[in-house]
Amino acid sequence: MRRRQFNTRKSENCLPKCPTGIRGLDEITFGGLPRGRPTLVCGAAGCGKTLLGMEFLVRGAKEFDEPGVCLSFEETAEELAANVASLGFDVPSLVAANKLAIDHVYLERSLIEEAGEYDLEALFVRLGHAVDSIGAKRVLLDSIEALFAGLENEAVLRSELRRLFRFLKERGLTAMVTGERGQNGLTRHGLEEYISDCVIVLDHRVTETVLTRRLRVVKYRGSTHGTNEYPFLIEDRGIWVLPVTSVDLRHPASLDRLSSGVPALDEMLGGKGYFRGSSILVSGTAGTGKTSLSAHFVNAACARGERCVFFSFGESADQIVRNLRSIGIDLGRWVDKGLLQFHVARPTTVGLEMHLVKIHRIIGEFAPAIAVLDPVTGLIHAGTAIETNSMLLRLIDVLKEKQITALMTTLTGGSDAAETTQVDISSLADTWVLLRDIESGGERNRGIYVLKARGIAHSNQIREFVLTSRGVELREVYLGEAGLLTGSARVTQEARDASAALAASQEAESKHLVIEHKRKVLEAQIAALQLDLATAEQEARQVIAQDELTLRKHEQDRSDMARSRSANTGPREAGVKSAKARGGRQ
Amino acid sequence: MKRFGGGGADPPGAKWDLKLYVAGQTAKSLQAFANLKRICEEHLAGEYRIEVIDLLKNPQLAKGDQILALPTLVRKLPEPVRKIIGDLSNTERVLVGLDLKARTAKAGS
Repeated sequence: MRRRQFNTRKSENCLPKCPTGIRGLDEITFGGLPRGRPTLVCGAAGCGKTLLGMEFLVRGAKEFDEPGVCLSFEETAEELAANVASLGFDVPSLVAANKLAIDHVYLERSLIEEAGEYDLEALFVRLGHAVDSIGAKRVLLDSIEALFAGLENEAVLRSELRRLFRFLKERGLTAMVTGERGQNGLTRHGLEEYISDCVIVLDHRVTETVLTRRLRVVKYRGSTHGTNEYPFLIEDRGIWVLPVTSVDLRHPASLDRLSSGVPALDEMLGGKGYFRGSSILVSGTAGTGKTSLSAHFVNAACARGERCVFFSFGESADQIVRNLRSIGIDLGRWVDKGLLQFHVARPTTVGLEMHLVKIHRIIGEFAPAIAVLDPVTGLIHAGTAIETNSMLLRLIDVLKEKQITALMTTLTGGSDAAETTQVDISSLADTWVLLRDIESGGERNRGIYVLKARGIAHSNQIREFVLTSRGVELREVYLGEAGLLTGSARVTQEARDASAALAASQEAESKHLVIEHKRKVLEAQIAALQLDLATAEQEARQVIAQDELTLRKHEQDRSDMARSRSANTGPREAGVKSAKARGGRQ
Repeated sequence: MKRFGGGGADPPGAKWDLKLYVAGQTAKSLQAFANLKRICEEHLAGEYRIEVIDLLKNPQLAKGDQILALPTLVRKLPEPVRKIIGDLSNTERVLVGLDLKARTAKAGS
């Protein structure tokens, strides 16, 4: 911690820096070139030394209000202006505005005779004059080694060069000095001997027919600097150095969820879909529907009014739109509405870095919510696997930083295990959806499963993935005794299941009828018995009522008789008589 | 400029038009002028004109003639333009540079 503070203070206070304005270079050098000192830029012919120097001057003039002088020993002012015009730098107007001065210094040895002692005072005069006339703060000497070819007396030249760099330092000019790469040293004529503050080496290499340019800060006295070789490229807005290691893992993590566009897949992803700003990898063998799945995601996002960008490294935009129409997705309307942009490039047309820069720029300009790279493995052909890997790493970091959800498809070879991606980017992906072929019963069907989904409770099921005219549909795969069934095998099994279910339900139905019948029979019997019972009860009640009536009649008769006899005869006798009478009647 | 002693003979239609570029009156520039004057008087008497240009006073003039080393002698006329750098102490090379070597050889024969 203490050391870090010390370093920071050192770089801020002890060594003033001069920002170049060149994208990426200031990051690598932690702020720019050493202010008021010369920096040596060396490299082989055609590796971009002059462009780097010119961009240093032009950006200084335009962005930092630091006018610059270019002493060109090789090209005329017109040639230089024309060369950098392709980078969008309007040199003539900067010259007219007194922000830039170009002096072409030309020496033709055959037309010069050396007769006696001389020095290069006129060079100082010219440089001093140019600097004073526009108040320059920056100087480019490109490439001063041409003097070695133009002058015989190397001893004089060397002492004059030493004087020149001292002169630049005394005037407080931040200078860039270019030199051709030499056999034994950094430069052919040992310029590094004079310029020891900062040395940048440019290099270009052709690997499998693809050119990659690289930049390395070999030396930076008094300052920390990135020591790697950084790929850089020259595109239509100047030089772009791509720092690999300067991005730190501090991107925010969103809780927002985005639908995958396929409801069943959302269901598999905890019911809500992907996280916003996450990186999604869709891998699968050829023809498993990776693009279709991507299209669903894009379609859903556009329908929500979010902007999407689709980088295709295999198909043309028209072809993609046409093909997706066959599964009922019309991406053309989103293009028309300006919500969707297609960017198509053959991976091999330009180097990997060029692709990366293009992607960066498009993303910067269009500010999409979603970026699709289809297929990302196509980029392998633009570089080596290691380069592709580091490029994707950088790209994903950039996308995450901007909270752009990235969907990348990768093509896995048929012979590889399904879980192998050609480029080892699986660890970079937050969500990995795997599409695979399931071969059985003489047909090929598609299966989908979520291999991983960081932070999402995802399904562990394999589903069957079907492309219909209404888009992607997921079906439950049949897991039976015969194992996993898909396609027509699944359909057959489903039919079999259905008929079995029908038979079972019919059987149940007939059982129901039997029971119903029995119930009805028994109910009828119950009703009959109940009727019997009721009749019997009725009769019994009638008998009892009759008996009571008879009894009361007897008592009445007896009391009547007693009254008529006026004598107390025993009621018992009478009772017996009446009972006898009644029994006779029955 | 006066210290250089003027351009010597300065005929209006001089065949030889010479420009000597210097930066201030340094030892080298004075030496160069003296040497030039001597050689011209010797080989081109009455036919030459010398113009001394001090770049400290007119730095913008260095660009036009592509002057880098000092002193530089530029032979504007007769064409083609030739340049000789240095204090001109090596007379032989000055004569070669001015294309006078052949002439002197012819005159001598």
